[in-house]
Amino acid sequence: MSDLSLTHSGPVATREESLRARAIQAQARPSPYGPDLDLTTFSQPVEQQRQRVEALRSLEQQMREAALLAGIDSEETGRAASYFQVDYSAIYERIQRRYQGQIELMTVTEALKSYDWLRNYWWQAVEVDQDKYTAAVELAQTGGFFLRVFAGQRVTEPIQACLLVQENNISQNVHNVILIEEGAAAQLITGCTLHPRVETGLHIGANEVFLKKGATLAETMIHNWAEGFHVRPRTGVIVEEGATFVSNYILLRPVRSVQDYPRVFLRGAGARAQFNSIIVGLKESLIDMGTYAELTGQGTRADAISRAVARDQSTMYLRGELVGQHNESRGHLDCRGMLLSDQARMHAIPELLADSAPRSQLSHEAAVGPIAEEAVEYLMTRGLPRDVAISTLVRGFMQIGLPGLPDILTKHIQRVLAATAEHSL
Amino acid sequence: MDTSDILQLEEVSVEVGGRPILHDVSLRIRPGETHVLFGPNGSGKSSLLMAIMGLSRYRVTKGRILFQGQDITHLAVDERAHLGIGLMQQRPPSVRGIPLGQLAEVSAQGRGSTRVTELADQLGCTGLLTRDVNVGFSGGEIKKAELLQLMAQQPALALVDEPDAGVDLDSIAVVGQALACLVKHPTAEAVAPAALIIMHTGHILNYLRADVGHVLYGGTLVGEGEGLQLLEEIRKHGYGKCPICRSHIPVQ
Repeated sequence: MSDLSLTHSGPVATREESLRARAIQAQARPSPYGPDLDLTTFSQPVEQQRQRVEALRSLEQQMREAALLAGIDSEETGRAASYFQVDYSAIYERIQRRYQGQIELMTVTEALKSYDWLRNYWWQAVEVDQDKYTAAVELAQTGGFFLRVFAGQRVTEPIQACLLVQENNISQNVHNVILIEEGAAAQLITGCTLHPRVETGLHIGANEVFLKKGATLAETMIHNWAEGFHVRPRTGVIVEEGATFVSNYILLRPVRSVQDYPRVFLRGAGARAQFNSIIVGLKESLIDMGTYAELTGQGTRADAISRAVARDQSTMYLRGELVGQHNESRGHLDCRGMLLSDQARMHAIPELLADSAPRSQLSHEAAVGPIAEEAVEYLMTRGLPRDVAISTLVRGFMQIGLPGLPDILTKHIQRVLAATAEHSL
Repeated sequence: MDTSDILQLEEVSVEVGGRPILHDVSLRIRPGETHVLFGPNGSGKSSLLMAIMGLSRYRVTKGRILFQGQDITHLAVDERAHLGIGLMQQRPPSVRGIPLGQLAEVSAQGRGSTRVTELADQLGCTGLLTRDVNVGFSGGEIKKAELLQLMAQQPALALVDEPDAGVDLDSIAVVGQALACLVKHPTAEAVAPAALIIMHTGHILNYLRADVGHVLYGGTLVGEGEGLQLLEEIRKHGYGKCPICRSHIPVQ
């Protein structure tokens, strides 16, 4: 059993009842951010259980392509392990032979059956009654995965988890728990994506991540949604002493609305978090995203870099909040937005709070504006036509380092970024 | 019109943001000639270079700009670059996400990356090739980065804005030698390259010969002479009392 420093009390049944009661209380509670959704408008899928597959390559081509757009390789080349969920149910889990004994990857339901102690992590990094979306996950959970990397294991190839919605207008409410044990290191690619026939629907993901002492997790999340689709992830990350959490978030496709404000708690001494986000607002997308980090431990450090490009009639809110609770903590928000359309809106809201820690060093730089004409003409003086100069600048603007990514995925992202930049004209 | 001229300005007036900056400027630069442009701060020197390059803030309100006989007054910036006009700016913008090496290759217009690497080596700025263009560059590094792109382009006409400003003496030598190399190097079209260089101190003239010097004062060209001689006169007398310029400068 994993050693826990988390607080919990009472027998399992009582705790479950208590969580349920809190969720019921929160059922109508809107999120303070993003448009409020009426959850009763979403339906159940025709089939609750999808057919399992023996290999991801046996999936129909459209699904493999949808997965690939979210960074999931159905050939599993260079992947340590894979989890694949369609609508409400898992259809595939596999750990490559050489990583057996280093990783566990299974449905969270199965994990809860296997490990009583997992209850002690359940709704510890995310509040069950945060809003109606966390409540929906508790009261009507539809799958999710449990990933565990055993103490001291360095998993050199990425683990991939795909959450795909195949049926129109359903609400996929997953609850994922990720536990990286002491001294372990892993990379996780989480691909959230849609079958091409899906136009509307909702994805809610409660993601609880626990990094034990000296652990490292680089998580890359690639979202591939549709113009009528809503997304409400609810992520909490607890980082213990000397552990490092790296998050790369990429959204390059239209969405109806996404509201995501992951919360990271740097509790242990020397804990670190690094967020890198590349977000493109297309068509009528409403994107409300941010990063919240609490720097509680001595020598903790959080950095969040986001690059957002707003096109068409998109609206973007770029949030960030750093809370310094230790005098020896440092945090920086670097948020830049580029507007490429007269109808697009972009609102950058960085916040810094030194909370009873006056020597905590917190800073931010935020900039929102059009593409710089001076830079366009500068590239033109080198012989680039105006349209190429603009697309080169847009692509360059979105170029930030995404650590922990395999080459194949980096190349894929570069291709998508290039295509996005070319469409920016 | 003489088609053997690289550049000919015919009574060109320019305004910036609706404010007249240059008035009836006429100038001829022949192949192989290096012209230097002197003038006090704010006299419109940089504006003249920008207008020749065609940057949109610098609007030509009167006159014509001819490049190798072709009227380019209303031509797009990139087309001017393709014709063979190159610009080294004094304060170029920083461009995030685009490494200098990549932009230098763009400037080379297909002449290959080997050349860029060699030039960077010559300028001592190989370490800058992978860095985003001008982001966090020192004054000297900006000059070298600009020069690298200009040399990669091999323009028939190099417009160079204050190559010696904010540069230490060692770097001035590198910049001066590179500029000398630039104007001596024949272009692909075998037209002897020409240059129009803005300068204040004349340090660069230790490394290259200025065939013609001009003084721009209050947006008007007020004097012309052999480059070094003109610089000496300005040093001795200042712009206001320089005998070469004096007759043209309106009484204050």
